[in-house]
Amino acid sequence: MNYFPDEVLEHVFDFITSHKDRNSVSLVCKSWYKIERYSRQRVFIGNCYSISPERLIARFPGLKSLTLKGKPHFADFNLVPHDWGGFVYPWIEALAKSRIGLEELRLKRMVVSDESLELLSKSFVNFKSLVLVSCEGFTTDGLAAIAANCRFLRELDLQENEVDDHRGHWLSCFPESCTSLISLNFACLRGEVNLGALERLVSRSPNLKSLRLNRAVPLDTLQKLLMRAPQLVDLGIGSYVHDPFSEAYNKLKIAIQRCKSIRSLSGFLEVALHCMSAIYPICGNLTFLNLSYAPGLHGNKLMKLIQHCRKLQRLWILDCIGDKGLGVVALTCKELQELRVFPSDPFEAGNAAVTEEGLVLVSAGCPKLNSLLYFCQQMTNAALITVAKNCPNFIRFRLCILDPIKPDPVTNQPLDEGFGAIVQSCKGLKRLSLSGLLTDQVFLYIGMYAEQLEMLSIAFAADSDKGMLYVLNGCKKLRKLEIRDCPFGDAALLEDVGKYETMRSLWMSSCEVTLGGCKSVAEKMPSLNVEIIDESEQMEFNLDDKQKVDKMYLYRTLVGHRKDAPEYVWIL
Amino acid sequence: MSPPLLGVEEEVQSSVSSPSVECISENGMGLKERNYLGLSDCSSVDSSGVSSNLNLATELRLGLPGSQSPERETEFCLLNLGKLDEKPLFPLLPSKDGICSSSQKNVVTGNKRGFSDTMDGFSEVKGYVYTEKSWMFHEAGSDSESPQSVGHGKYPGNSGVNVILSTRSPGVQASVKQDEPANVLQEQPRATNGTSLKQTVISNNTTGAPAAKAQVVGWPPIRPFRTKTLAASSKNNDEVDGKPGPGALFVKVSMDGAPYLRKVDLRTYSTYQELSSALEKMFSCFTLGQCGSHGTAGKEILSESRLKDLLHGSEYVVTYKDKDGDWMLVGDVPWEMFIETCKRLKIMKSSDAIGLAPRAVEKSKANNKKEFGYGC
Repeated sequence: MNYFPDEVLEHVFDFITSHKDRNSVSLVCKSWYKIERYSRQRVFIGNCYSISPERLIARFPGLKSLTLKGKPHFADFNLVPHDWGGFVYPWIEALAKSRIGLEELRLKRMVVSDESLELLSKSFVNFKSLVLVSCEGFTTDGLAAIAANCRFLRELDLQENEVDDHRGHWLSCFPESCTSLISLNFACLRGEVNLGALERLVSRSPNLKSLRLNRAVPLDTLQKLLMRAPQLVDLGIGSYVHDPFSEAYNKLKIAIQRCKSIRSLSGFLEVALHCMSAIYPICGNLTFLNLSYAPGLHGNKLMKLIQHCRKLQRLWILDCIGDKGLGVVALTCKELQELRVFPSDPFEAGNAAVTEEGLVLVSAGCPKLNSLLYFCQQMTNAALITVAKNCPNFIRFRLCILDPIKPDPVTNQPLDEGFGAIVQSCKGLKRLSLSGLLTDQVFLYIGMYAEQLEMLSIAFAADSDKGMLYVLNGCKKLRKLEIRDCPFGDAALLEDVGKYETMRSLWMSSCEVTLGGCKSVAEKMPSLNVEIIDESEQMEFNLDDKQKVDKMYLYRTLVGHRKDAPEYVWIL
Repeated sequence: MSPPLLGVEEEVQSSVSSPSVECISENGMGLKERNYLGLSDCSSVDSSGVSSNLNLATELRLGLPGSQSPERETEFCLLNLGKLDEKPLFPLLPSKDGICSSSQKNVVTGNKRGFSDTMDGFSEVKGYVYTEKSWMFHEAGSDSESPQSVGHGKYPGNSGVNVILSTRSPGVQASVKQDEPANVLQEQPRATNGTSLKQTVISNNTTGAPAAKAQVVGWPPIRPFRTKTLAASSKNNDEVDGKPGPGALFVKVSMDGAPYLRKVDLRTYSTYQELSSALEKMFSCFTLGQCGSHGTAGKEILSESRLKDLLHGSEYVVTYKDKDGDWMLVGDVPWEMFIETCKRLKIMKSSDAIGLAPRAVEKSKANNKKEFGYGC
C-alpha cells in the first residue's frame, strides 16, 4: 500500500544501495517491485549463467552498471578448462541491441574478446567505466578500441588479466579530447607502452586519481608523470630501478614529495633496494600497500619501508617478509585490517618463510584485523586458538598451508581445534578457506558455529560424508561451497538437494560423487544446472552410474541449460 | 630364508632376557627379528622385511600372542597416526632419503580417506598426498624407524590397492636402516589415468633443502597470473641491470696463492662483516679485518681512517670486480649495492692493493658528501 507517490518512494530507494537490500525491497509488494526495478541502476550477477541478458534487460530498463562473474572460483587454480564458458559477448550484444544506457561494466573471470570490447566501445555513448579482473581472451587491440571510442571514459582498470599484448599503441588511441580519466590501471600488461602518449594523457587528465603502471614504464617517466599528477591517490609503480646518484632519481624524490594525497601504493615489479628512501615521505599516509609482486623487495629495506607505514589498513606482501618481518608489521601497523601473505616460491613448500609465529604476532599487534589470506609453511592449533582470541572480528579467514594435509607439527594432531576456535570466536565470519590435516570434526564446528558463513573452500580434508553434511545442515547462509579431493560422496550430495537452490553454486572435484548421484540431483532439482566437466571424455564411453565424477559444478539458474558449453561439459 | 631365521631364533632363545635390539644388531644379515613363538622379550610383533612376503604379513595380521600391532587395528584412526613414529614408506636409500616414486601411487598410508586408487580417474593427487602424509610423519619422529602400516579400517575391502606394510614394532629400533626397501608390500601399481600430475621423487625432508615435488594440479591455490609474473620478475631482475633475483647469488672467490677458487652465495650474508667471517673461514690463512659496514644502516660508508687501518693492519684485502669490469675495494658502497654489482671476489695481498687505497679513500670522501643517497 503506497501512501506516497511513486516518485517519493523512488527517492527513498535511492538511498538503498546495497544489492541485498534492494533485492529485499523488491520483494515487499508488487508496487515496490515495480518502482524498484525502474529505479535500479546497479545490478550484480554473481553467476552469469543464472540469468539471461534478455531477462535482465526486461526487468531493469534503467540499468547503468552491470557486474558479472563467470567461471567458478576454482578456475583461478587451473581446475577449469579454458573454454568452459563465461563469455561476455552475448551480454554486450544484447545490451547493445536494447536501449540500455550502459555506463559501467565490471567483469570477473570472464572471457572477453576483442570483438566484445569493440562492440562495447561503440554501443554506449555514455560508457564510463570498464573493470576487468582475472579475465582473458582479449588483446591490446581491444583496449585500443575502448580508448578510441569511449569519449567519456573515466575508468579503465585491468587487474590480473591475461592479455595478449600486441605492443600496439593503444595508449595513443586516447583522443586529445579525452580528459575525463579518473582511473587507469594497466599494470598487468606485459608489453611496451608509448611513454610519450602516456605522459600526454596524464597531463590532460586533471581528475586522475588512480594510476597503476606496468613494468615497461621506467623510473624517469614515473617522475614526469608524478610531476603532472600530484593529486594522485593511488599509485602503482612499474619499474623502480635506477641509479641513486642520478639526476632522475633526485627529481623523483622531489616529485614524490609533492604527492601528498597518495594513500595506496602497489607494483614495484622491478625494484632497486637502494632507491626505497624516496618513498618514505609518502609512507606515513598509506592505507594500502601492495608489495605482492615485488620479490626484489625484502630484508632490511622492506622492514624500513614498513616501519614508516603507521596508518596501513591493508597490506599485501610476499612471504619473504618472514615471521620477523611480520613482527615489525605487528609493531607498526596498528590500524591493520587486511593482511595477505603470498608465497614467493609456491612450489617449494619447504621454503615458505612464514609460519604460525608470524600470524600470531600480527594477531597480537593488530586487533582490528578482519581479513586474512595467509600462505604458510605450517600452522598449529595453539596458534590458531591464540589468533581467534586476539582477533574475533574476522570476516574473511583464508589459510593455505603449502603442504595440503600437514598436521600441527608440534602435536601431530589435525587442525580441527584451531579452525574450530576461529569459527567459534569470529561470529561474523563470512568466508573461510581451510587447509592442513583436517577430519570431520572441523566441519562439525563449522556447522555449529559459522552462522554467517557464505563461502567455504575445502581441500584434502574430512574423513567421510559427515563432514559435508555438518556444513550443509549447519551453515544457513552458505552461498558458495567449493570442495576438492575430499571423501564426500552421493550420500552427502543427495541428503538435502533443496539446499542448493539457496546457494549460488557448489563445486566438487576429485571427490566420491558418482554420475548416478549427480543425475539424481539434476532430476530432483530442475532449477539447478548440474555440469559434469570431463576433459578426458571418459564419460562418453562409460555411462555407468557408479562411475565417479571428476569435476562437478552445479548452480541455480532461472534460464535452464546454457547453450555455449563445450563438448566436454555435460549438463545433466 | 630359513637359515637366517633359525639363526635369529637361536639367538633369541639363547638370550631371553636380552632385548631384541641386541639380537638384531648381531645379525649381520640385517634381518628383522621375528618373534613367531613369542620367545624373546620382544613384546611386539616383528615381521620379516627381507623378502617381499604377503604371506608373512598375513600371518602377522592374524595376531600372535602378546603381539602388539597397533598400526593394524581396524579402529585405527587418523589421530593415532600422529603418535607413532614412522618411517617413510618406500625409501630407496637408507632411512632419511627419498621415496620411490613408482610406488607412491599405491600407498594408502592410513590416510584419513583411505581411498584406494580406482581406475576411473581417481586423481593421482591422492598418491601424492599419501606419500606426503607418511613423509610428514617421518618428520614427526625421525628417530624411530618403524614404517607405517596401512590398514585404514574404513575401506578394507576395496578392490583397489591397499598396501600393507610389515610393521616393525616400536620396541625394535635398531638396524632397521638396511631393511627399508624390503618392507614394502604392494600390489601392482595402478595404471595412470590421464591426469597431468607429475610424480617425482619426494624428499622426506620438509624443512630442509627443497627437492623436486610432485605438483598437484591447482595447489597451492594461486592464480597463474601471479606465479607467471613473479617468475618474470626474477628473470627480469637478472636481465635488466645484472641484479640477481631473490635466488642465490654465487660469485667466484680467488685468493692469491691458493691452488683453487671457491664460490660464495652473497645472498646468504647481509653485511660485510658476515662476508668477511665467511671468507676467513674459507681461506683460513686469510684475514680481512674490519672491512665494511658496522651493521647499522646509514653507517656503511668506510671512513678514511678506517680504511687505512684496514690496509695497514692486515695482510690481505678483499677486492671485487664490478659490472664494468673494474677491480674495486670491498667495503665502499652499501651492502645491497655491493651485491648488485659484484661479479667476482678476489683476495689479494695488501701490498698489491695499495694502488686501490687512495682511490677508495677519495671515493669514500665523495660518498660522504652524498650521504643522503645512502641509508636508503
